Order: sequence, then C-alpha cells, then structure tokens
Amino acid sequence: MEELRELYQQIILEHYRNPRNFGELSEATHRAEGNNPLCGDRLTVELRVLGDRIEDIRFRGSGCAISQASASVMTTLVKGVTVEEAEALFERFHRIVLGETEPEALDLLAAFAGVREFPSRVKCATLAWHTLRAALHNVAEVVTTE
Amino acid sequence: MTPNTAVPGLLDQEVVAQWREDFPILRQTIYGKPLAYLDNAATTQKPRSVIETVARFYTEINSNVHRGVYYLSERATELYEEARRTVQRFLNAPSAAEIVFVRGTTEAINLVAHCLGRTRLREGSEILLSQMEHHSNIVPWQLVAEQTGAHLRVIPMNEHGELDLEQYEHLLTERTAIVAVVHVSNSLGTINPVAELVRQAHARGIPVLVDGAQAVAHLRVDVQELDCDFYAFSGHKVYGPTGIGVLYAKRRWLEEFPPYQGGGDMIRQVTFERTLYNEVPYKFEAGTPNIAGAIGLKAALDYVSALGIDTIATHEHALLRYATERLQAIPGLRIIGTARQKAAIISFVLSDIHPHDIGTFLDREGIAIRVGHHCTQPVMDFFGVPATSRASFALYNTPEEVDRLAAALQKVVEFFRV
Ligand SMILES: Cc1ncc(COP(=O)(O)O)c(C=O)c1O
Repeated sequence: MEELRELYQQIILEHYRNPRNFGELSEATHRAEGNNPLCGDRLTVELRVLGDRIEDIRFRGSGCAISQASASVMTTLVKGVTVEEAEALFERFHRIVLGETEPEALDLLAAFAGVREFPSRVKCATLAWHTLRAALHNVAEVVTTE
Repeated sequence: MTPNTAVPGLLDQEVVAQWREDFPILRQTIYGKPLAYLDNAATTQKPRSVIETVARFYTEINSNVHRGVYYLSERATELYEEARRTVQRFLNAPSAAEIVFVRGTTEAINLVAHCLGRTRLREGSEILLSQMEHHSNIVPWQLVAEQTGAHLRVIPMNEHGELDLEQYEHLLTERTAIVAVVHVSNSLGTINPVAELVRQAHARGIPVLVDGAQAVAHLRVDVQELDCDFYAFSGHKVYGPTGIGVLYAKRRWLEEFPPYQGGGDMIRQVTFERTLYNEVPYKFEAGTPNIAGAIGLKAALDYVSALGIDTIATHEHALLRYATERLQAIPGLRIIGTARQKAAIISFVLSDIHPHDIGTFLDREGIAIRVGHHCTQPVMDFFGVPATSRASFALYNTPEEVDRLAAALQKVVEFFRV
C-alpha cells in the first residue's frame, strides 16, 4: 500500500480527477498525438508557440491515472516557458521517473518519482512528454512509448 | 467428490488444495501476499509432471527425431510420436496423421491461411470471421486476402457477446471459401455453438477452422462431434510448455495442401530439379521440431485427463458463477461479455477507473490479472471501451482467490473514488 501511495500521490490523483488545460486549443500552431494501444492510453497535445515561447497548451485524451495526470501536470509546467525550457523539463522528468535524479521537494515533477518502482508504468508517465516533444518538432506520426 | 458447501458446484477444497500442490509456482508470495494467479487465459501454470518430463527428456533422452539409428534417437522418436497419439485421443481425432505439431495457435492458423491462399482463395473469395476473433485469427487472413484478392466478412455479435446466427446464415454464400471462428472467446468468455456453425457451413460445402486456444483446457473437445475441418490450440494454455501447439486438420486437406515451409524432415527425396514431399503430417513439419515441447504437452494432456476435463469444467464453471456474483455486487462494475454459454473468463470495466490502474493495484495485492485489449481490438471497439480488466480461471483457482479479487476491487474503488 505504501508504494501504491507513492505511485498514486495525492497530486496525481487530484490532476487525474480535475485535469488542467483539458480540451481543444484554438489557433494552435503545433499538434501531436500519442497512443499506447496495448494500454489504451491516448492523448492529443496542442500548442500555440509565439517566437520561442509556448503561449498556451491544451491536451485531451483518455487513459490511466498516471498518463492523464502526467499530461495535466505537464501542461501547467510548460505553459508560458520557452521551447528550450520545455526541453529541459522533458529531460528532468525522464531522469526523475527513471530514478537517475532525486527531485527537489517543491518540484511538481517529484510526484512522479514513485513511478520508478513500477517499471511497466514508466511508459504511461512519459507518453505526454514525448507527445509534447513531437508537437514541438512537428512530428506527424503518432507517438508511442510502448 | 464432496461439493464445497459454501459455493454450489465447487469441488471440495481439499481436492483443489491437492491439485495446487502439483503446481510449484503457486507456492510463492508476491509483495508478501500469496500469489493469486488469475491470468490463465494468457497462459496457464505448469504442473510438476510437465516440468519434470521436459527436464527428464533433456537429462536422459535428448537427440533428434526421425533420423538416428541409435538408441536415444529411436527413443526420442517414439516419445514424440506417442505425444502425437495422445493429442489425437485428447481431441478424438480419427487419425494421428491428422495432428500437425506447430508452435501454437497462431502458427496453426497461419499455416491454414497460407495453404488455403495457395489452393482455394481467389479474387472475390470471402473469408468469414466473427467479430470476437483474436488478432491471430484476423491478421493471417488479411495477409492472404491481400495476396489473393479475397475479402474478409464478419459475423456480428449482440451486446451479450453472442454471435448473431441469423446473420451468419445470410453471410454464407457461394463466395465463402472458409469460416474461421473462435471456440471460446478470450476476451468475453463466450462459448460459440461451433457444431451448429459447422453444420450450416458444411451444408454449403464450406470448410471451417476453429480457434480452440481458450477451449481445450476448459471443456471437452471432440473434433469428430464438432466435425470442423481444422482445430488449432496452444500447449501453453492447457498446462503445457510454450512453443508447442497443434493443428488438427482433416486428412483430405493435408493431402490437398502444398507444404507450408520447406526444409528437412518434410521431404522424401530431394534433387535440385525436384523434391518429393513426405507423407502427412510430416509434410507440414519442416525442420527439427520442438521435441521436448511435444513430449511436455503429452504430459500436460495426461495430467488434465487424469483429473478429468469434465471435473475441471464443473469446478471452473462454479468458480465463474461465484465470481460473477461477487463482482456484480461491486458498485460501478460492469461485466463485458454476458453470454449464456461462458467459460472461465470474466472481463469487466470498473466505473471510470482505467484497467491499467486496476492491474497495478491488484498486482500489489498479489493478484495477477490481465488488463488491456487482449488482442481483440474489434471487441473493445464494439463495447466502446479502450481496454478491460480480465480475470480468467484454471483448475487450481479457489473461491478464496475470488474473494480476494472482490475485496481488492472494492479497495480500488475507494482509492480512486472520483
Ligand atoms: C482465442 C485465442 N486465439 C489465439 C491465441 C494465440 O495463441 P498463441 O499466442 O499461443 O499462438 C490466443 C492467445 O492469446 C487466444 O486467446
């Protein structure tokens, strides 16, 4: 139960129940889709990038608590940051879920540190971030982390 | 055997407890909890007799079959052919020559699809499948359809997961080259009325392939009674090793079909100009076969026969009824697949909680279930769900494990309460 609580931290459950920035984005400049068909996790990420800044971001989709919460948390973190900063967040998120770095206490991403104990769930946590990166790089193919 | 008083139809707990003793893997704990293995539709656990038979083969007998003139090879060949006769009796096939050893259900279906593609399918031919097929009974047909210009047609099902027999009759036409249906659905548990489907197809001269992957471990299969042309199953789903499976085919088809693969063992004489093929079933067993697998499969079928497939079926049926009752009582739980005739499988969705979250949660309780689309995406589409959770039973499962499943699901509901 302890490890389950680590995995499904309150922040994750809260974002899962009340996803932020959920829906369609008008005047999106970038867009990508993620799909993990084995699990049935699907996401669409839309961005409006002006200059080198992510002005706005929305996502929609369906899937497990980890994949949906990860997408929701991601949108709150990258909204308003530069593309370069978003890439850095991508890297840090991966180091955290893979257990390569210890997150700092107040870091929202710290909520995902518990995922490292559940190897089969890493792909759920990372789907949104890979979809974001695909959107930024104008990748047309559907992204998967399975 | 005395029935379990708490759950009607269930066997005496001591009998099942004894059966459990035969499966070494069941003794372990997972995250400190006793393992409740409820993913038997994916693969079953192996009794000690199977494990030891395979080990003994490698320890004492290992050698190639059908070629050595020395003691060990003759012994290996004998055991391999004895395994074929055991499969023949298990399916009540008329002849051991109609039993082809393959890797599993998937390869069996690919073999038939490939050969039928070369002999019978042409532009405009129709391949009639059902809406509840496993991907392994869809994709091989798509591959040959692409090559031959044939088309796939689909027998629809109702909201219980039962095939629409009226539609089936209309779908059988002079263009239908084969009917390929699953005996027991791996995602719904439905037992299809295979004998009836065969009867109608044969009335129009159409052959029928039955995917028996989920059937042989759970109900008595008699291929003469079913009268199907082809019957496929996998050893690993009936307590045998992985990598070994069976294609039963009526002899006339094996005679008519060209070889599926070329190589050693399937030939009689080879020159660079021309090759004479071996007789059936060897014509379809190119290369060194999975000898230990076949012998292990024999041990598995012997094990099932010794317990009695009808005894096993009765126990599992009672377990299924009990589990259905317990799970239905959980608020927000919806069972996917409510056919009147079902075997050993319960698929379900639980409120809005994603099956993946359920699977992770149950895992920490020591309960192994399958979550996902179960290689039946058309079924998921039909029921409008991306995935389901599935508990599937075998002879060694107990009502206590069902109780643990129900209790854990109750906890899941509380944990994820939206
Ligand atoms: C109904 C059905 N058909 C075919 C298969 C494929 O069996 P195998 O992977 O052993 O070839 C399965 C296994 O999941 C199944 O459940």
